[in-house]
Amino acid sequence: MNRPVAAPDTRDIDIERTRLTDALAETWKTPSGIWGALATVDHKIIGRRYIFTAFVFLALGGVLAALMRIQLAQPEARLLGPDRYNQIFTMHGANMMFLFAVPVMEAVAVYLVPLMVGTRNIAFPRLNAFSYWIYLAGGTLLWTAFALDMGPDVGWFAYVPLSGPQYGAGKRADIWAQMITFTEISALAVAVELVVTIFKQRAPGMTLDRIPVFVWAMLVTSFLVIMAMPAIVLESTSLILDRLVGTHFFNPAEGGDVLLWQHLFWFFGHPEVYIIFLPAAGMVSTMIEPFARRPAFGYLGLVMALIATGILAFGLWVHHMFVAGLPRLGDSFFTASSMAIAIPAGIQVFCWLATLWDGRLVFKTPLLFIIGFIVTFVIGGLTGVMVASVPFDTQVHDTYFVVAHFHYVLIGGAVFPLLAAIHYWFPKLTGRMMSEALGQWSFWLIFVGFNATFFPMHILGLEGMPRRVYTYQPDLPWHGLNLFISLSAVILIAGFLLFFINAIRSARVGEVALDNPWDAPTLEWATTSPPPSYNFAMIPVVGSLHPLWDDRDSLAVANGLRTDRRELVVTTLAAAEPQAREASPRNSIWPLWAAIATAIMLIWSIFSPWAVVWGSVPVAVALIGWFWPKGAPEDES
Amino acid sequence: MIRLRRACSSALLAAQLAGCSGNWQSALDASGTSAISLKHLIILIVAVCSLVWMLVMVALIAALWRSRDARPASPEPGRERRLTVAVTGAVVATVLIISTFTIMSFVATRALSVAGRDELTIRVRGLQWWWGLEYIGPDPTSRFETANEIHIPVGRNVRLKLEGLDVIHSFWVPSLAGKQDIVPGRSNELTIRAEHAGIYRGQCAEFCGMQHAHMALLVIAEPQADYDTWAATQRQAAARPTDEETATGLQTFLAKPCAACHTIRGTSAAGTTGPDLTHVGGRRTIAAGLFETTRGSLAAWTADPQTIKPGNNMPMVPLTPDELRAVSAYLASLK
Repeated sequence: MNRPVAAPDTRDIDIERTRLTDALAETWKTPSGIWGALATVDHKIIGRRYIFTAFVFLALGGVLAALMRIQLAQPEARLLGPDRYNQIFTMHGANMMFLFAVPVMEAVAVYLVPLMVGTRNIAFPRLNAFSYWIYLAGGTLLWTAFALDMGPDVGWFAYVPLSGPQYGAGKRADIWAQMITFTEISALAVAVELVVTIFKQRAPGMTLDRIPVFVWAMLVTSFLVIMAMPAIVLESTSLILDRLVGTHFFNPAEGGDVLLWQHLFWFFGHPEVYIIFLPAAGMVSTMIEPFARRPAFGYLGLVMALIATGILAFGLWVHHMFVAGLPRLGDSFFTASSMAIAIPAGIQVFCWLATLWDGRLVFKTPLLFIIGFIVTFVIGGLTGVMVASVPFDTQVHDTYFVVAHFHYVLIGGAVFPLLAAIHYWFPKLTGRMMSEALGQWSFWLIFVGFNATFFPMHILGLEGMPRRVYTYQPDLPWHGLNLFISLSAVILIAGFLLFFINAIRSARVGEVALDNPWDAPTLEWATTSPPPSYNFAMIPVVGSLHPLWDDRDSLAVANGLRTDRRELVVTTLAAAEPQAREASPRNSIWPLWAAIATAIMLIWSIFSPWAVVWGSVPVAVALIGWFWPKGAPEDES
Repeated sequence: MIRLRRACSSALLAAQLAGCSGNWQSALDASGTSAISLKHLIILIVAVCSLVWMLVMVALIAALWRSRDARPASPEPGRERRLTVAVTGAVVATVLIISTFTIMSFVATRALSVAGRDELTIRVRGLQWWWGLEYIGPDPTSRFETANEIHIPVGRNVRLKLEGLDVIHSFWVPSLAGKQDIVPGRSNELTIRAEHAGIYRGQCAEFCGMQHAHMALLVIAEPQADYDTWAATQRQAAARPTDEETATGLQTFLAKPCAACHTIRGTSAAGTTGPDLTHVGGRRTIAAGLFETTRGSLAAWTADPQTIKPGNNMPMVPLTPDELRAVSAYLASLK
């Protein structure tokens, strides 16, 4: 594999197009067969896998939601007992947050960000492969445990002492804690890759003010992941220590503190909401341009709003603890900071409205989902302002009002944009268009079903129905609304089924897509649909925020990269001036071995602390294999 | 007189069970001093937010409607400037609204702490899955224990000292006040005051395990005289068995494991794991709000608590039919 160094004829200068693409295809290819699939480090293949897996978890989480709605359709139903129900609502929350929402946003970014910044692979591609395997292992662990009746039953927030050694019997809470560890590792890995890709691998000329808003959103999100995840790393580790080796971090009788758990959890958990929402907001800002046929209004405002949200995200966590008995004056500070988040959210909404106002709209499925997003997200944002008020919150905290609120924010605010994004980027991912007719049907079913399902929950909450109850007594006046909600959920489920059918069908027999079917302005549309393994035959050079609109006929390209080994351009952080040719790692099976070794160690450590000692040996072996020196220069300036 | 009043309040209970007298566990059906001011705040904030949402929707619909015109494709400076003014105006309005909300909620937070002297203190213990109550009076003779049913005098401030012993629970009677968590290792407090007589239901609002859904309590607000009568009754030891069946019931209760967990003052039963049963027959519900108290429901509960409320801490104690009949008769007689 070690070819002679830097002969001029291996560069992409002055060679004819087909020779160039043949050489690049040979250098960047993923070999066919199972081994090639397991060893690939191509961000597009891993990104597609990630997205597919996340949607499988979405479907599974949806099944759990349906079971809960059947149970709650009537008072004192006996379909599910309390034990099973508590596992189901815990699984639904943990699955949707840790295995669907966060990973799917990162997955879309793993696929799109390298294309949107005009590079050939994500930074640290082997780490990327590793992160997917770890994510898959974490999801498999959680669902296997659930199938074995060992699913966590302490809520996705796993408050101590309920999840502690005294009250959380069996291994259920440990499964939760270790699933968190898996998702922490994979999320942190992807965040680091994205930051480096966005900082150092942007196409020449893509200065900070020419970065697409979605890429900005992923940059902010990645920093949120890097700063928020350590809190829950600390927390899940402390919980396992309390449970497995008898420490007393959370035991008040031995000097531990119960509320320490809540502080740590929400210091992570609130930014988590923005880790899900900011990518969605970025998607909207990016997708709205081709459908309004004009640039998004207020680029600077949109980017600043993302950054402001990211900063504020770390100053709000106490609003999850307004009724825990903390000093009231401190609570008021967090009311102010929580309310303040409405300002950047408002800026974005008003910019989108201005864009639509001034645009000439193309009413395709992605735009419908964007409009649905604005309608529902504004409701979710306003109910967010309501629960930010301490006195208001004392009545609705832990009730169905909050269930309604965060589903408006997470489904209305994040899943709607995600579904728009799937319809929008589907041709890039698969080379085929999704059916427009089925897309519009699924939009209307989901939009109507969603609102009919979740809006009445606001009222249920004000009428006193608490969350996380497996049933309610017939003498309480809630059964009418609950039945209505369960019936409405049928419409919502039908909409999602139609979406899945559309996606699966279109991937096989959909209309073949053009390179740029929406006449979009960003770089991912400058290459073929789907892109070749090397993304771009020549690295594009960017002269504006909307390169494909402003340089419609001839996009400038840079050359000088070698074609016989994987190379990409490293540029400066702010001005994106070319700095060096950087070698990009080849395919490797070691990330898979490392992931398997890590998974064994983590799962074993649920049962014995010695797993950390003996389990680290295979991990070390795998890492040595992974990082074995190649004898090739790292980069050439 | 007492019998008449009891008939009245059980009629009230029945009416509320049937949903006739509105919702008895609702933030919107407020009867407590702080719940009433919270309700006003909630209505005001919801109204303003609804208005904001409608304005945004008007702008959205107008934007969609407008898009049917044919306009030049590229942005021009004049239009961009007008859009900038509009967006800036909307952002300024947002800032004003949320600043107002912040100030309002700060003021309302201060009002949450009910003014005036506390006239009664009750220690409320949140337990898996029932409520232990200890009325603390000025002197040791006035203290007494009960469970799951709080009686308070109307129009008086009642201080609840919330004590967590196992996991986190949350005390919430929405018609009287906002909720307050019960956290092990911390002493939280909540002051409630009922403005009107009535029966208010509450239930645990923080997930606390298997039977979180069945951890309810009743707050009965009644005139001071009625309250005093009730409290005097509660301070007394349990009624002695008056006939052979209830006497057998007491014997069985003491001979079986029941007494290891429950206290019946005036007998040798002094367990503290489960609710105090000294006056269980006089409480409106059993098993933390699960059933109306009748001899039948007491018998059903005693016979098979794990089917009725799976996972709760009361084991099934095998009893013969005669024993069950006697125990339920005895418990029902403990008014």
